Amino acid sequence: MKYLPLVWSSLFRRKIRTLFTLLSIVIAFVLFNYLSAVSVAFSMGVEVAGSDRLMLIHKVSFIQLLPESYQTRILAVDGVDHVTHATWFGGVYQDPRNFFAQFAVEPEGYLELYPEFMLPDDAKERWYRNRTGAVVGRTLADRFDWEVGDRIPLQGTIWRTESGDTWEFTIDGIYDGAEQGTDTTQFLFHYDYLAEANSQGRGFVGWYHLRVDDPSRAVQIGETIDRQFANSPYETKTSTEQAFVQAFASQIGDIGTMMTAIMIAVLFTILLVTANTMGQSVRERTSELAVLKTLGFTDGGVLSLVLVESILIAVVGGTIGLGLSWMIIQQGDPTGGFLPAFFVPPEDLVLGAGLTLFLGVASGVLPGVQAVRLKIVDALRRT
Amino acid sequence: MLRWFQQTATIIGLSLRSLPQRAGPSIVAVIGITGVVVTFVAVLSIAEGFNAVMVNAGSPDTAIVMRGGSNAELNSALALESTRLISEAPGVRRGDNGPQASAELFVIVNIPKKSTGTDANVPLRGIQSAAFEVRQEVHIVEGRRFTAGTNEIIVGRAASNQFAGLELGQANRWGENTWTVVGIFEADGTISESEIWCDAAVLQPAYRRGSTFQSVMAKLDSPETFQSFKDALTADPRLDVQVERETDYYSSQSSQVRGIITGIGTVIAALMGVGAVFGAINTMYNAVATRTREIATLRALGFSGSSVVVSVLVESALLAVIGGVIGGGVAYAAFHGYQTATMNFQTFSQVAFTFTVTPALLLQGATYALAMGLLGGFFPAIRAARLPIVTALRDL
Repeated sequence: MKYLPLVWSSLFRRKIRTLFTLLSIVIAFVLFNYLSAVSVAFSMGVEVAGSDRLMLIHKVSFIQLLPESYQTRILAVDGVDHVTHATWFGGVYQDPRNFFAQFAVEPEGYLELYPEFMLPDDAKERWYRNRTGAVVGRTLADRFDWEVGDRIPLQGTIWRTESGDTWEFTIDGIYDGAEQGTDTTQFLFHYDYLAEANSQGRGFVGWYHLRVDDPSRAVQIGETIDRQFANSPYETKTSTEQAFVQAFASQIGDIGTMMTAIMIAVLFTILLVTANTMGQSVRERTSELAVLKTLGFTDGGVLSLVLVESILIAVVGGTIGLGLSWMIIQQGDPTGGFLPAFFVPPEDLVLGAGLTLFLGVASGVLPGVQAVRLKIVDALRRT
Repeated sequence: MLRWFQQTATIIGLSLRSLPQRAGPSIVAVIGITGVVVTFVAVLSIAEGFNAVMVNAGSPDTAIVMRGGSNAELNSALALESTRLISEAPGVRRGDNGPQASAELFVIVNIPKKSTGTDANVPLRGIQSAAFEVRQEVHIVEGRRFTAGTNEIIVGRAASNQFAGLELGQANRWGENTWTVVGIFEADGTISESEIWCDAAVLQPAYRRGSTFQSVMAKLDSPETFQSFKDALTADPRLDVQVERETDYYSSQSSQVRGIITGIGTVIAALMGVGAVFGAINTMYNAVATRTREIATLRALGFSGSSVVVSVLVESALLAVIGGVIGGGVAYAAFHGYQTATMNFQTFSQVAFTFTVTPALLLQGATYALAMGLLGGFFPAIRAARLPIVTALRDL
């Protein structure tokens, strides 16, 4: 500790260089956090998918509808604990650019299956009773400044009412996510409203969500269900929610991977440049270090002085960078609410912290060792 | 004035000749800028490639007609009578086989991606024979057109490359039918190449669509006819339709994906640019510091401050441009022509495209590099010019 002033003064020896090195590190770690948020976004929240939940869709593609009558048949399959369905509505709120997902669901059944959608009890009651009611996620409500009680008109694109085009909904509640990655951008409303008011009649739903009592048998149960509907006009494809989300995410394809790869390359470029600059500042002071050794500093002492300096600058820069980007990312994703999951997972923050330490050590150790190996006489002669 | 130029040229020559002595930090600065430019060009080449497919798709004299308020073909539904009314509307070009308008179905079918083996939503389009007259860019490159009334399909070149089971002669079981690939077509690299085509009349029963369609693609007499065509259809009380130019339609259909790519890309490129400028500033300060004596000597000999400034800026800009050129080259070598497919959220279907590094992008990359270099060199250059000569010389 008593050498702190020494470290301090060497850091301030070239204020501008220290400042810019620090800023480079800040930028590198802002990028790092941003990178992990982007890759989370492109994986579409696969981390938060439930392991005991399955998705059942039409085998040919998920845009094809399935008979409503499948519900009881699925529930009869051994190991299936709960079944509910959802239907894509695809309505437009004011302008097609205001895109968000709307699902027609069975309110009680859906919330039972998704306990991570947290809704106050009074809101639940209100919604269950109100056929034209809807509940929306917190992120979505914030995006359009919606409050409970607001009336929301949605223009039907796929689904038309008998009379005209606009569907009216009342917001009965705003749900919060139990976890960081929970999708709070959904708009949920009664399937009964859709089924009764649309011009095509009822009897069909988009897909089924089901829960099994034993997650380890999930895949097997899925196969049993698919076998049951094989060779019917509506063949099915059941997969675990995780596998479904993963497949959906991989539809976006290499773009996510590519961006991640690019950003990793860049991160390392910046770190390389920074480490080099830091190393250089040590090399410049060769003669000073030699003086210190003349004064009786041990090799270990000189090495730790250099290391403390480089670690200090890396950790300070890294902390500012991680903190700053965390604040930026809290503001939401750069596409204006289109990527539902946009956050930095805690383990990446830990990794980032580890990386700052690594940067500090890596950039200090080489010049540090050079300084240790230095023969005092040679070093002093060099000036 | 002439004297000033001579001075400046001399100093620039001097500093460039001494550049090898400062090779280490200079190379690091070049690497930093190279990294930025590679990323910048790579990310924009994704957007560029996507644009080439979606935005440049379609021609201004082609109109797409869908049910009113449906916004996308996938959501639309048109009754047979409506499609007839649309085809017969004034302004639709008439060829030897009647109006050049094709009533179409647009559905999605799950097909595994070759690269990952996971299911992807591939668009399957049911067409009428006029489709080939409406989309003149489409031509068969392998095999032949499908025979009307059969379960034969033709596949776009890009779709055939990206998805499994879509090569000539292969058969696919989708739902209750088996579809055989009898032809591969190209369409100047536009969106159609991501699609599978078949006879609309065969697709209707296979997807239980009765006699309905989803859109009508109509070739107009000329691009100017569009407005009167649109007015005629929207004024017709028997129809509830929205009419768009094909070009506008594809452009709006891709706005979100383009927004995401450019949104994220811009943030990344800007952040990295700032990082690289910091790196360049450090390098140039360092360069000035090591040349303190030299610069002071020159100043003592009567060289002007401004010529020193220019020389530092030139060095910095040169390093940056070298980085920019290398970066552009690396990006071109690594990414140009890379074929991939992504999902267009607005249509839920796959769009195959190719990363495209255009000369304009390379120029942008180099310009960006130059800007970073000038910015990075600015403050060090000012410092070099302000160097107190006497102290600097005493510093020996």
